[in-house]
Amino acid sequence: MKKRSFLEKAALVPHLVWIVLFIAAPLLFVIYFAFTDENGAFSFSNIAGLTNYADIFLISVLFALIATVVCLLIGYPLAFTMSRLKPSTQRVFVLLLMLPMWISLLIRTYSLLAMLDNGGLLNSLLSKIGIGPVKIVGTPGAVILGMVYDFLPYMVLPIYTSLSKLDIKYFEAAEDLGCNGAQTLFKVALPLSKSGIISGITMVFVPSISTFYISQKLGGGRFDLIGDTIERQFLYNNAKNVGAAISLVMMILILISVAVMNRFGDDDGGELIV
Amino acid sequence: MKTLSRIYMFIVFGLLYAPIVVLVLFSFNRAGTFNTYSGFSLYWYRELFRDQTALDALKNSLILATLSSVTATLIGTLAAYGIHRIRSKAVKTVINSVTNIPMMNPDIVTGVSMMLLFAAAAAIPFLKVEMGFWTMLIAHITFNLPYVILSVLPKFKQMDKHLTEAALDLGCTPAQTFLKVELPSIMPGVISGLMLGFTLSLDDFVISHFVSSSDFKTLPLYVYNQTAHEVKFSMYALCALMVFAILLLMILVNFAGADRTEKKKKKKTAAAVR
Repeated sequence: MKKRSFLEKAALVPHLVWIVLFIAAPLLFVIYFAFTDENGAFSFSNIAGLTNYADIFLISVLFALIATVVCLLIGYPLAFTMSRLKPSTQRVFVLLLMLPMWISLLIRTYSLLAMLDNGGLLNSLLSKIGIGPVKIVGTPGAVILGMVYDFLPYMVLPIYTSLSKLDIKYFEAAEDLGCNGAQTLFKVALPLSKSGIISGITMVFVPSISTFYISQKLGGGRFDLIGDTIERQFLYNNAKNVGAAISLVMMILILISVAVMNRFGDDDGGELIV
Repeated sequence: MKTLSRIYMFIVFGLLYAPIVVLVLFSFNRAGTFNTYSGFSLYWYRELFRDQTALDALKNSLILATLSSVTATLIGTLAAYGIHRIRSKAVKTVINSVTNIPMMNPDIVTGVSMMLLFAAAAAIPFLKVEMGFWTMLIAHITFNLPYVILSVLPKFKQMDKHLTEAALDLGCTPAQTFLKVELPSIMPGVISGLMLGFTLSLDDFVISHFVSSSDFKTLPLYVYNQTAHEVKFSMYALCALMVFAILLLMILVNFAGADRTEKKKKKKTAAAVR
């Protein structure tokens, strides 16, 4: 065994310095602020005070869960259909699916707002045919619709990827052995694309639960989600300690749910997609 | 069944694109409402280009994306070189998990944690830390790093290690071996890491939102400010221009490098799972 050269060690130094200073240290600051009061004294009051935010946590989890389920229900059949197309057609649709992912989230949300707003296209059309302007923006449905619209591609792409890797012979065998369409879907396709479903769920749930732009724009400022609360505590209320406590709890919640999700999936879930 | 699923697919894609298409179409509408269409006009585009802050924001975005992606690629490529050669599995796991934190955490938590770090650093008198260009550059390099390493590390793993050994046996120093043998064969990974970092930086809103000041605004921050109040049609023009730019970029990339973009997005997908 040769000794590790100087270069091999030196190459890591800038990166190690960087991640300690700018990844590890900031997180320690979050923990520090979560457990101190304004004067810097150790205190549990921020964490204990989170009971005041219980309904915000609840509604955020609820909205994100509904959005994730809707994305899965819309996305799975879409991914399944896409994976059954001719390879050349599949490429076109994968590109069409990825294009919105490259467009800024702000723009996508804003374009949806332009459709649904009181003076927006949909209401302009509705009032022309006599059904007065319908209030859409500011309802819970609009916020969830925004999440679904913004994050649907993140559900479809990983599911599509794991479905498109499956050998078509599985489906042929299932049909030969007497499965009908629904049985093929539930007994063959679904279990075999579990890793794609799990990464899709993670990729929709995490941004949904932490969003603040979607709820600000489409919620018309009526819904306070966790993201809105964190943003307000840090940028407007100058309540860093409370904000840090909320961030810490959200981070832990997400890490736990991602770990639980991954436990359900195969360990090679990540590799399958690469 | 087949036609039904095709129809379903076209409906979902139609709904996914409808808001964006409407936004682009109405950006050419001189009337500035959705009620009347007064014919094709570039009025809102002229309005947009008269706005010096929008042009400055574009310039800032390009500067920041270039500097952050180049720096992250330098640090990340060296780091991948070092990580690839670490023998202890435990050390490797620790470094990889810390590196990947910004990829797993919701953006808002990364944003507030960096804000806390910079606020703490600002309290140290001789550091003279202020929110602005430098804090944004540091934040962008930090969230680009894991994506660069994710693109480069597999290339090191795929490389034939006999090539490196041969170069060393034939008298190359480790540095020469890296530059003449290893770098050329990991180049595709380096380039895709660079491009991924550039687009992520250009697109980032949430993290920038927490570490920026009013003197240095990027395009997403500008869009956020402009959409905070009433809906302006010059914003539609800006959004339409960004959509066109992305469309052009995607077509170019797709023609140039076959399926490179596809892999990138999938890497991003896989990354989120880990």
